[in-house]
Amino acid sequence: MTIATTRNRTLTAVPAELVHGRGGGGPAPKRIVVAYGFWIFILSDMVMFSALFAAYAVLSGNNAGGPTAPELFNLRNVFISTMCLLLSSYTCGIGVLSAERGQPALLEVFAVFTFALGAVFLFIEATEFVGMVTKGAGPWRSAFLSSFFTLVGTHGVHVASGLVALVYLMAQVRAHGLRPAVLRRLLCWSLFWHALDIVWVGVFTLVYLMGAY
Amino acid sequence: MLGKLTWSAIPFDEPLPLLSGAVVGIVILAILVTVTLKGWWPYLWREWLTSVDHKRIGVMYLALGLVMLLRGFSDAIMMRTQQAIAVGSAQGYLPPQHYDQVFSAHGTIMIFFVAMPLVIGLMNFALPLQLGVRDVAFPVLNSVSLWLTATGALLINLSLVIGNFARTGWMAYPPLSELAFSPDVGVDYYLWSLQISGIGTLLTGINFVTTILKLRAPGMIYFRMPVFCWTALASNLLIVTAFPILTATFMMLLLDRYVGMHFFTNEAGGNQMMYVNLFWAWGHPEVYILILPAFGIFSEVVATFSGKGLFSYRSMIWATLAICVLSFMVWLHHFFTMGAGANVNAFFGIMSSIIAVPTGVKVFNWLFTMFRGRIVFQTPMLFAVGFIVTFAIGGMTGVLLAVPPVDFVLHNSVFLVAHFHNVIIGGVVFGALAGINYWFPKAFGFTLDERFGHASFWCWLIGFYLAFMPLYALGLMGMTRRLEHIPDPGWQPLLLVAGAGAIVIFCGILCQVAQLYVSIRTREQRRDLSGDPWNGRTLEWSTSSPPPAYNFAVLPRVETIDAFWHMKRTGRAPVAPAYEAIEMPRNSPAGFITAFFATVMGFSLIWHIWWLAILNFVAAVIVVLIAGWSIEREEEISAAEVAQMERARRRPA
Repeated sequence: MTIATTRNRTLTAVPAELVHGRGGGGPAPKRIVVAYGFWIFILSDMVMFSALFAAYAVLSGNNAGGPTAPELFNLRNVFISTMCLLLSSYTCGIGVLSAERGQPALLEVFAVFTFALGAVFLFIEATEFVGMVTKGAGPWRSAFLSSFFTLVGTHGVHVASGLVALVYLMAQVRAHGLRPAVLRRLLCWSLFWHALDIVWVGVFTLVYLMGAY
Repeated sequence: MLGKLTWSAIPFDEPLPLLSGAVVGIVILAILVTVTLKGWWPYLWREWLTSVDHKRIGVMYLALGLVMLLRGFSDAIMMRTQQAIAVGSAQGYLPPQHYDQVFSAHGTIMIFFVAMPLVIGLMNFALPLQLGVRDVAFPVLNSVSLWLTATGALLINLSLVIGNFARTGWMAYPPLSELAFSPDVGVDYYLWSLQISGIGTLLTGINFVTTILKLRAPGMIYFRMPVFCWTALASNLLIVTAFPILTATFMMLLLDRYVGMHFFTNEAGGNQMMYVNLFWAWGHPEVYILILPAFGIFSEVVATFSGKGLFSYRSMIWATLAICVLSFMVWLHHFFTMGAGANVNAFFGIMSSIIAVPTGVKVFNWLFTMFRGRIVFQTPMLFAVGFIVTFAIGGMTGVLLAVPPVDFVLHNSVFLVAHFHNVIIGGVVFGALAGINYWFPKAFGFTLDERFGHASFWCWLIGFYLAFMPLYALGLMGMTRRLEHIPDPGWQPLLLVAGAGAIVIFCGILCQVAQLYVSIRTREQRRDLSGDPWNGRTLEWSTSSPPPAYNFAVLPRVETIDAFWHMKRTGRAPVAPAYEAIEMPRNSPAGFITAFFATVMGFSLIWHIWWLAILNFVAAVIVVLIAGWSIEREEEISAAEVAQMERARRRPA
């Protein structure tokens, strides 16, 4: 059923005063309910990140005589990884659009791109972490480094689980086809992936750009 | 192989926890044996453990809350006896090491595993019924929430016999809660049980916000929702925005303890006050997460038992939302003595006092609802009236404590202890007990015994005043909280009164057990055949008691607030309409199995059994992935079946 017919049916079933933004139209369709719930989940995830950002803001100066931010950050690598993540959001967006149009092959191509870009991002991040630890700048060195590794690492864990979820969902697409339930899940996943971009914009600005100078 | 776990983890030298552990173990064993012998497992598994029905889940939450109330209350009795006898040269019967665990466990259990399950259980049961729909937005997730909460409760009880519990108080402030000062597993029990149950609570919040905002009967615009739905909405919005802060904070403390990081340590630049700030940035909204649904219950109860619509419905809602927003702007009043400076303290002091304004609006609304109403003093109404008086006193001492100079004198004294018990017992517990008495007939199809209900109310009320009014005086006399030994014999008389109060409350709890027992024995005489035993106003009373799995054969159409009252008035009461097929979610074992793995994972993490922790984490993830694979989660009840069930249901009436 297309969106237009659903809307018409709602209009005839319920008095006009009730449908105009006052929430009287009865239970929402599943697609709306699932996406809405997922938005609320993302909101809660953002709150968790904001607590980690706050901790970083409080502790970023407390390097306990250890290495400081300008000594550690390599903006060139971070810029490359940032571009990878932003680009992966673009490919993810096109992938979901092709899924909505019922083109599973195209979706698969863009999912591969998205996965690859996400993996490159994670690889650069892991290299950076390993480099810092071998330089004696591990998370146990100072409060600044604890908060740095936790904030950036939590984002990294999110990206990693996003990649696992992407593989899982593509398997669902193969098994079930682009059914409404699978499409809903893909849509939620893309919301999640874009949200990680937004968090990363914050990390890039507050941690790397402001820290490097 | 088994990490830190050895035989020395079992406290053979402390008879008290071992003995109570043994008793609980025997009771559990007896229950398991009975269930097995009677062959109840298939029934339990099919109808309860894997149920995704919000009513069943609500009842299980309430059962969890009530069982844990007994645990938390026995801690309370132990503390009251210790403080009553350990005066001067007497040392009492609890060594400091044990006493510190008792007060930490008491606070943790009462907040997270009594108050939260009671409130969430009532929301689970009542919300979809009041909204006139068939289930919550995400039924399987709801079951996951329940079982993760149960996981937390189980872990915290395990600490009684395997290892020990935190000795840090229920807030686990660093640096005391850091590895350097709490090297054993106590704090880890605290952290992991709250981390795991916290995920359950967060999922509940997401679920209920979505349910309230997206699933309502046709015609139920926002300003026609019952007040309980509004307060539940505010409460769940707070869960969604506050619990992630707690998760992040505990994650930092866990990283400190497990990986050697320095968020809150004394050395390497850690900042303990950041923990305190973050903890209360969750902790103050948490207070309102608990009390707002209680306000909602009282609003329903007062309106129903006064036979009148709620006075000024809109101002009640605006007051609720004002409290919801303000609750995030007052957290610093928990530690005025931190030394943030006069201006900061003044800001938070003023904001804290301002919360009294919307709360006052609510109190007057309840009073004006009762004014010239036909008041019926059934048990829920008694609790509501007791609440209004008690909560007003607690609110006023709260405003006192919100004045920074006063707080400097009373900080961490038993005046504070008296204040928050005043609002939590007088508000949340009375609210939950009112709600249980109010909705019990809806849930089980028969009413609760009124005589024992009244007796339990009077015991709770008198016991509360006896137990906590002396603490106000003692606090002003300089007694600090968490004393294992009382240095000043002059305090003993009042402490004895407080101890007597705890015993009176215990009688109240006994009355409730008796009430339940008697009511079940005489259930045939107290059947509620009408579905509407209180002459109710909201939609839950328009269906039968107990409601069918699908709640409403046909979704009600809502035209006003107090929709069911309006239907009764206009004679639009339940008709036998043309039934349609109903889609209901299938049962799912996902919640129960995930929680099983989460329990073992939590236990292994506490005892550093890494391989087992990883194994169970992977297993839990696999369960989630399997549960997320299916496409068809609903089964259809055909129109003919619905019609048949409805006929059978309505025959007695």
